[in-house]
Parts: sequence; structure tokens; C-alpha cells
Amino acid sequence: MSWFIRKDKGIQTPTEMKREAPDGLWYQCPNCKKVMHTREHKLNAYTCVHCNYHEKIGSDAYFAVLFDNNTFTELDPDMISGDPLTFRDTKAYTDRIKTTIAKTGLKDAVRTGYGKMNDLDITIACMDFGFIGGSMGSVVGEKIARAIDHSLKHKQPFLMISRSGGARMMEAGFSLMQMAKTSAKLALLAQAKVPYVSLLTDPTTGGVTASFAMLGDFNIAEPEALIGFAGPRVIRETIGKDLPKGFQSAEFVLDHGFLDFIVDRKDLKDKLTSLLKMLQ
Amino acid sequence: MRTYLDFEKPIADLEARLTETKKLAQHSGVDVSDAVDVLEQSIDKLRREIFENLTRWQRVQLSRHPDRPYTLDYISLMCDQFIELHGDRTVRDDPAMVGGFCDIDGQTVMIIGQQKGRNTKQRQHRNFGMPNPEGYRKALRLMQMAEKFRKPIITFIDTPGAFPGLEAEERGQGEAIARNLRDMMTLKVPVICIVIGEGASGGALGIGIGDRVMMLENTWYSVISPENCSTILWRSWDYKEQAAEAMKLTARDMKDAGLVDGIIEEPVGGAHNDHQGMAQILKSVILATLDELNALSPQERINQRIDKFCSMGVVLE
Repeated sequence: MSWFIRKDKGIQTPTEMKREAPDGLWYQCPNCKKVMHTREHKLNAYTCVHCNYHEKIGSDAYFAVLFDNNTFTELDPDMISGDPLTFRDTKAYTDRIKTTIAKTGLKDAVRTGYGKMNDLDITIACMDFGFIGGSMGSVVGEKIARAIDHSLKHKQPFLMISRSGGARMMEAGFSLMQMAKTSAKLALLAQAKVPYVSLLTDPTTGGVTASFAMLGDFNIAEPEALIGFAGPRVIRETIGKDLPKGFQSAEFVLDHGFLDFIVDRKDLKDKLTSLLKMLQ
Repeated sequence: MRTYLDFEKPIADLEARLTETKKLAQHSGVDVSDAVDVLEQSIDKLRREIFENLTRWQRVQLSRHPDRPYTLDYISLMCDQFIELHGDRTVRDDPAMVGGFCDIDGQTVMIIGQQKGRNTKQRQHRNFGMPNPEGYRKALRLMQMAEKFRKPIITFIDTPGAFPGLEAEERGQGEAIARNLRDMMTLKVPVICIVIGEGASGGALGIGIGDRVMMLENTWYSVISPENCSTILWRSWDYKEQAAEAMKLTARDMKDAGLVDGIIEEPVGGAHNDHQGMAQILKSVILATLDELNALSPQERINQRIDKFCSMGVVLE
């Protein structure tokens, strides 16, 4: 039966063709492996209906979850990264930016916008991990700074959704100073007594944790999100020991007093609305 | 015993010859003053040549030179009095971050800085200059006290980074640094920050928000150390020199990029070569800068400080 004998080595089907079901109809939870309808998953704010696993989603999905009818005005949608240091590692930074823009359809690692959330005016900045690990360079810093300016000007609450590996090394010193810039704007927001909610999602580490993500009037997180300053690998290497189970999880950070509460994504919109209404 | 870096070795050789010659002269009574003069001149010339053509990586090495003055050295060389203050009032005292009121030329100032150790025991005690969260909280406590008593603040930055340890995470390293960044922005008193050695990442910035941020000539300040940058981007420790070049992390680079306000020159041969001379230069820069800042009102200083940091960054739109 010669047609059963594999003549060429390896699997020849391109990845995008290897689907057991038509694209977009069914969603399999990567955690509990159970299957659900995509629409059901989406209605559940991209969390698993069986095990509550929170799918890692980007700004598109968060805006859809939070803004009424997914209606919002995006701020600075076309801002893209410069290359102040003409940085080059194994690849030129400008090329890296270009290919990432083409690959992700995003301009950088944060999108900002304003609109209504249950009829409440709100400005939201949301990071996209898909863009160079959600790293913070000048664009991230500047867009967040301007979103805070918008909040300040219109006296409307500011929500920051963080998901980031930290600073963007290709912008070196410029990247570092974005921590200072965003914190400066938050100092002004605090003085004006405009509420600031910081939502930390999986993962939030490095310079993002050490600046705007930890500066909320309310620091809140999604269940089981990894939250820390140093990454687990670095800590393991420093102390030469394995880390305890659950170390740097949202629950751990809540236990240690750095979060106000943990919220399921499907309850996020209503809980935020209730909280912000209590402040009015 | 002095320590010489690789590129300082030619100087070390000449200095050894000079010592030999002098010793010989003492024993034999022969007049060698001509030879000594020649040697001294060539040492001076060589030192200038070497220090005028330093690579970025060599400056990184100098910033970590084991003979370099640390925060407490500068305090004792510049100040007539120093009353060290301890503790964050919550957990413990962090020996990697020191601070207290100082008398500098008749003025009281609050000096705060990271502190490294000179020998193995001290290095461990100071945790290699890597503060824990309580270090940053102690720093903020002292800054707020300085504000209360209307005394200017001077911070000395010299850290390979905030400590990445288990307890540091438990006690909120990220939160501690973040709070400092925000709260230093609105301090009503003048704040001067000076990188005296290593300025690594958030751990450095955590005491680095000032009206004037300056760097000594042979220091570096960036988002990550060149070694770690090399490990992450090149996946190997070996590209640290390239990483240092790419990151443009020296005082000159950072000044050119508009990310720091000034460069403070070091004596020829580097700060480690002349502690006293370096401290004198530093003191005069601090006093002159304080005069400038005292001429502004608190609100002017705060506005300028915030505007300065908010203008940093390069984007295309």
C-alpha cells in the first residue's frame, strides 16, 4: 500500500490549514480543554464558561467589553515609534517596529480612547501584549500621558489596563523616563481628585508595575494574573531557590496588601460602574 | 592596594616603575629627579590619552570601579556635619539606602543615596547597593521630612538595580518605586539628583526625580544594565559592549538626548583616582545649583520639574 508510506519528512500542512473545526465557530479553553461556542465565550467577556480561565485579550476586546455598544473615540490612533537611538541589536529597531505593525495591525503597545461605560464618561488606556511584549517606549508613555490629560480636562475617571513585560530596551533611557512621565501626569490627576483605576492583567511586570500600574486610587487585577516588579526567572536566579506556588499571582499580591480587589472580567464593567458612581 | 581595570594597566605599569625608581634613589642616594619627572609626565600624558578615548563599556566599568567614592564618602568629604537617619517606620532599616541631614557650607540639606560596600562583608551588608522596598520608603520618608522643614534634597544614585528578591516582591518593590516617582514630582523644596556610579533602571529612577538631574562623567544611566540587555536581546552575556554602545547610556549620551540636565566632570583619571578633588567639584556644583533653584518659587520648581519629565520621549505622528 504505497500511498500509506510517507515519502517526505515532517508534516506538510501549513499551520493555518490545520483546523479541526471551521475557524471562529468553536473555542477550546487552553486551561480546561473544554470546548464552547465562540459567541458564548465572547459574551462571557472572553473567559471560560467552565473554569473561568481568562483568555489573554487585547485592547480591541477590552474596549468591546467596557464601552457601551463598543462606541468610543480613539485618541492619537496614528502615533508610532521614533528611533531616537538608531538602535540595533540582532535587528534594527525600525525594522522591528515595521514588521510588528504589519503582523499585529497595531501601531504600538497601547491604545487609548474615551466613551461611555454604562452611561458614565470614562477614558481608558489599554495595553496590547502582542506588540513587542507590551513593552513601554515613548509611544506608550506619551499616549498614556495624553489620555490622562484628557481625563483631567474633562474631569472623567481614568482606567488603565496594564499588560506588559516592562520597559522597551530599544529605547533605553527614553523608555526609562516614560515611567517618570506617566507618574508626573498621575500626580496632577491625583491633585485634581479625578479617580484613577489601575487594572493589572496577566502579566504586569517591570517598569510598568513600578510606575502607573501601582499608582491607582484603586489597584485591581484579574484572577491569577502574574504581577511583579522582577520577573520570576530573575528572582529564582537571584535567590537560587524555587519560588513558592502562587508567588506573584494576583491573589498573592492581594494578600500582601497591594491590590484593592480581584475582579472577574465578566463583572468588570458593572463593578467599576458601581464603584465610580459611589464617588460622584 | 589600588585596583586597576584592564585599560588602566599601562598606567599601573608606569606607576610601578616610578615607585621602583624612587625606592632605588632612597637606597642608593643617586639623584633620579630627572627620571622621576619624565615618568610623572608620561603617566600624566598616558592617563589623559586613555581617559579622553574611553568607550562606553569602559565608562560602565569605571562607574563600578571598586575604588570609586560612594555616597557616604562624598558626605564625609563635602559636609561639616552629618546626622544619619534610619528606617522606613514600617518594616526595617535598609542599609542599601542611606540618608540624613547634612551641613554643607553652612546650609542644611537632606542627602539620600544608595550605598555600596568596600569589602565582602560590607558589600553583603549593603546588599551591593540594591535597595529593598523599605529603602525607597525610607528615602521618601526622609524627603517628606526635608520638605516639612523646608530643606533642599540631594540624592546620590549608585545602584545596579532595585533588589529582585522574594521579600522585595512581597513587600511591593514596584509600588514603592512608583510612589516615589509620583510623590517626588510635587516636593515643594529643591531636589537635585546626581548619578555618582551606576544608574540602573527603576531602582535608580526611584530616587531620581529632580529639578536638576546630573551625571558624573564616568557613570551610566539607563533602563537596564548592558549585561542584562545583551542577555535578553542577543541571548548571550557576550554582547555587553555592543549593548552598551547601542543603549547610549553614558553621561554625554544622556545629556545629548535631553534626558539629564548636566554632566559633572571628574578629575583626570576618574573619581576613583582623586576622591578629594571629585568631592570638591561636586560640592561646588551642588552649591551653585542650589542657588539657581532657590531663586524659584516652589510652584515654579514643581511645574518645571513636571514639564521636563513630560517632554521626554520621541514619537512620530
